This record gives sequence, C-alpha cells and structure tokens, in this order.
Amino acid sequence: MATESAGTLGREELIEAYRVMRTIRAFEERVHAEFGSGELPGAVHLYAGQEAVAAGVCGALVEGDYIASTHRGHGHAIAKGCDIGAMMRELYGKAGGSCNGKGGSMHIADFERGMLGANGVAAGGAPLACGSALTAKILGKRHVSVAFVGDGAANQGSFAESLNLATVWQLPVVFVVEDNGYAQATGTRYHLRGLDVARRAEAFGMPAAIVDGTDYLAVRAAADAAVERARSGGGPSFIECKAGRFFGHMEGFDQQGYRGEGEVDRLRAEDCLVRFTAAAGLSTEDVNGVDVTVEAAVEVAVAEAKAAPAPEAAELLTDVYVSY
Amino acid sequence: MTQPQRVLSYLDALNEALAQELAADPSVVVFGEDAVGGHGCDGTMGHAWGPTRGLHNQFPDRILDAPITESAFVGAAVGAAATGLRPVADLLFVDFAGVCFDQILNQAAKLRYMVGGKAAVPMVLRCMWGTGMRRGAQHSQALYSLFTHIPGLKVVAPSNPVDAKGLLAASIQDDDPVIFFEHKLLYFGSRAVVPEERYTIPLGQAKVVREGDDVTIVAIGRMVNEALAAAERLEAEGVRAEVVDPRTLSPFDFDTVYASVEKTSRLVVVDESNPRCSVATDIAGTVAENRFSSLSAAVRTVTGPHAPVPFSPALEDAFPPNADKIVDAVRSTLPSSVTSKAS
Repeated sequence: MATESAGTLGREELIEAYRVMRTIRAFEERVHAEFGSGELPGAVHLYAGQEAVAAGVCGALVEGDYIASTHRGHGHAIAKGCDIGAMMRELYGKAGGSCNGKGGSMHIADFERGMLGANGVAAGGAPLACGSALTAKILGKRHVSVAFVGDGAANQGSFAESLNLATVWQLPVVFVVEDNGYAQATGTRYHLRGLDVARRAEAFGMPAAIVDGTDYLAVRAAADAAVERARSGGGPSFIECKAGRFFGHMEGFDQQGYRGEGEVDRLRAEDCLVRFTAAAGLSTEDVNGVDVTVEAAVEVAVAEAKAAPAPEAAELLTDVYVSY
Repeated sequence: MTQPQRVLSYLDALNEALAQELAADPSVVVFGEDAVGGHGCDGTMGHAWGPTRGLHNQFPDRILDAPITESAFVGAAVGAAATGLRPVADLLFVDFAGVCFDQILNQAAKLRYMVGGKAAVPMVLRCMWGTGMRRGAQHSQALYSLFTHIPGLKVVAPSNPVDAKGLLAASIQDDDPVIFFEHKLLYFGSRAVVPEERYTIPLGQAKVVREGDDVTIVAIGRMVNEALAAAERLEAEGVRAEVVDPRTLSPFDFDTVYASVEKTSRLVVVDESNPRCSVATDIAGTVAENRFSSLSAAVRTVTGPHAPVPFSPALEDAFPPNADKIVDAVRSTLPSSVTSKAS
C-alpha cells in the first residue's frame, strides 16, 4: 500500500512530478479564464484538483506505454508528455493543434506520445486500452496500457466487459477509476451503489487498490506496483483514486448548485500541489522556479493559439479514410 | 497434366483467406466467440464454429476466444488496430452490433478523423447476415445500410466464394475499418472454383456478372444469384438483363452502375434489407439524380418489407426478394408492348 514517503523518488523526479501537476493546474486555470471570456468554443471539461492522479499514474509509465483517456482528458495528456502549445491550439480549433483542430478538447490525442485520445463517450477508452495492451502482448513488447475512467463511466457495461476481457486475455493493462464525486451533477452516493468499484474489479480477478487521489506519492506507489505487474506479464490491475474537481462538470454549463456548502473550498484546502510540495520536501525556490516557467509556457501557448490560423477549408473532407 | 480444379465453399474460402493473411503478416490477429473453441472445457480445443476452424493449430498465439462481450472485444479491435495490429474480429450475427454500436460508430469510424489523420484503424469486423436460416428477428437482418451511412467505415458484401476470399484478404490489408458481411445461406450453399494462391479483389470495384442491354439489375450479396435466375428467365422472354454485383457498398462503384444504365436505360435494385433509408434507395436515388436523362423508366427497388424478419418458414420465405419479384419489377420498367409480348 502507498506511503507518504518520497524516499523512492529522486529529487529530479519529484521536481518533475511537481512540474507536471503545476502545468496541468496552470493550463486548466487559464482555460477556465479564457472560456469565461467567451474566446474558447465547445465543450471543455477541466481536470483541476485531480492532478495527482494523472501525474502519479503517468509518472509510472515510460515511452511506448499507452493511455486511453476520458472527456476530462487535458491532465492525462499533459502528464503523458503532450505539447501544451499543440493542445491549446486544439482547444481553440486551430491549425497545428494536436489533431489539426478536428478533435477539440474532447478528442485530444497524440499517438506519438502514446496518448490514444480523450473520449466523448463515458468508458470509451477502456476497450481501446485493452486493444493497445493486446498489441503489446501479441507483438511481444513490454508496453503497458492505462485506461482512465470516471466514477460515472465505472457503471458502463463496456467498462465491466473490459475488466473481464483483460483478465481472460491476461492483458498488460491498468484500469484507473477517478472518483471525483460526481457523474455530471449526480453524486456517487446515488449512482454508484453497492461496494466500491475496487471491489467490483477484484471480483473480476485482479488486484485492486483504493488511494487518496490528492496524494501523488500514494497514487504513484499504487501505479508503480500495477504497472510493474502488467509489464512483467502479471496481467491487469485496478486503482481507484478519490479526488474532487475544483470546477464544474463542464465549462459554461454548470453552476454547481449541487455542491455542498463550502465543498469547493474544502477541496482547494486539500490541494494536491500543496500537499505534494510538503511531502516531497520541495523548497520555495524549487517551486517558484517551476511556477515561473510553467506560467510563461501557458502564456505562450494561449497567445500562439489565438494567433494561429483556422484549419484550411479542405480539411473538412480529409482524414476520413486512409484511402477511399 | 492439369490438376482437377478445386471447389471451395464460401465458408472454406473465408478460412483460406484468414489462413493466408495470418501467415503473411504477423500483425494479423483473429478473435471472436469460439474462434478457437474449447477453452475452459474438459474436451479438446479447436471446436471453432465457423471460418476459423483449424486455424488455432497453425497460429496458436493469434487466434483468440473472446467472452460474449462485444463492446469490449470490438473496442479492443479498434485500440489494437490503432497501435499496430490488424485485428479481424468476429461479431457472429450482425444483429449483435446493437450491443457494441458505440465501438463501431463513435470509435472505429471516427478515430482517424478526430485525431487529424495521425492514426489509422486497420481492422475488419466480420459478421453474418441475411434471412433463410429460420433464426428469427434478431439473427437475420441485413444491416449494411446502417454502416454504409457512416463516414469512416468501409462495407463489403461478397456474393460468392471467389470474391469472399479476395475481398476478405483486401479488407485485412486495407488501412481503414471494414465491416465484412457474410450471408449465412452462402456459407455452404455457394461453392466455386477458388484459386489457391493468395490474391485480393480491390474494394470499391463492382462486377458485371451478366451482360445485357435492356435493363440493369443491381443486386447485393445472396440476391446476385436471384438476379441471375431472374435474368435467365427474362432471356427466355427476349429481355436481356445486365446484372451488376457491387461487391463493396462503401465505397460504392457508381461508375460501373452509371455505365450500365447509360447502356440499358432501366434500373432495378435488389436488396434483402428493409426498404427505408437503405442501400437500395441510395443507389436508386443517386442514379436518378445523376443519370436522369439516361433513364427511360422509373427506377424500381425490390427489397424486404418494412417489418422484422419472422420465424415461421412460411412467413420468412416471403420476406426477401426472389427471382419472381425481380422479374415482375423488371417487367414494370419495360414498355407495355414488351410486357404484353412477354406475358
């Protein structure tokens, strides 16, 4: 089980973990502000508050590993090493975006980085991650796949099917359920009955851990164990991470009246970044150095995204097929 | 001395295509329910239901049994295809697309477009279709119209063993997702001399299977045989029908149909599926829109009714088009002098 010790991670790794989480936070805070000013089109779901999950899980991965993400996918993409400039251009629907502007926030992907895509369908990524895990297994590569799924999607049939298939085929896959308390505006107390999702996963025959999703070191320890198990041929594992989101389900559409009094304030008081800084023993100088760099990078990403041209009109009809 | 020519069933032709593609390309992987058969049982392995029979002996690591979880294994085919494999997943009956439609509609079909062309999904989803086996409403449909409607998918429906082998090989080698329709009555009922060597038939190329210049009959899948039977009878009446087998429904070879209609000036489309928003109405409408001046009569469609497929043999046999219905439809496109001469 996870501990609060940073002992197994070196200083550089700890600073990198902070940089990843700080980048996600800065990216999402800025997207929130930009959306509020009416500049950003489309449906945008922000990840702020859950950074330790993406960073902790992806911190356990190496190049060649795959992740399949959710509609709330910016954090996963950043943690997997996707370029925030290309991501921001994608959010603005511009040429040079991660997907040339054809995906947007909900389909942001970078196959070169092993990021198989955010997904507009709840639990859409779980079967896909079984597929990329099958690729690794058939081709004899030691790549691990991770499927991120929200608490709402944990009820989907395709998710349960994926847990079973991964066990049947002994796939090198790690299922990560992020319980942020809500499926849109419906609370887990209502929509997710019975035992924890982790117990459901255990019932399919895989080890399952429940961790505090605001604790990077706890998430990382669980992910390290699950990834190592998958990489060494031990089959699938499951991790349930509990971490609330700071913002609503979707920008512009969610007044968050369903939240309890002071709930968001409490979540922000348990900020995974603050918690990590203390646990990792990072100095103010360490933190400030990263913060300045990250803020500048996000500023550049936004400025470049706004200045970037729209995709060519002909792009409407390209990329439907490889050949037709 | 020449060898006797080898006759294969449609089912065996599919098996041979799978075997040859598995042998030629280590990234080809085949899975579905009972693709191996016998996993988890006390008896022997290899009790595959259909075209994968015997393949697990040759390719033990690349033929996989799947649990009855179509969402998971069709979705896994998408993920596997996007990361380096060429999966051939078996849905069994196409009717089961209902339980995994998201994986086909939203994942397989759209992944390449959504990521701006930076990924491809070279997968094949094989499925059985069609009436005639007394399987009732949930195992007998002709659902290719649903998939033809969706950009990003290719749709193939071979009518004979030679095309089945060549089109399956082409579908596996193709870099886009292909929904491959195998008519269940053709599995054993359609037999032909099939070349032993590995070959492909390009997707999107129709075939004129019988030449004529009085009327064009476009027929899909098993209906090609019914159209040929109708053409035979029409010949006896002095009406020369040209029969076109599209073979691929998406992409669709309209040029071959146009060329035929320009010659015959009459078109009858034969499609076993339900009539509304169907491949038949698509072909009829597209020809009417683009070759109106070539037509000397209204386009006719011969399809199943707007009803589910019934179980009772007496009722089911009345469901699909047949040679009689096709002959009637052709007659209705002819000038009355020809029709009266014929009757």
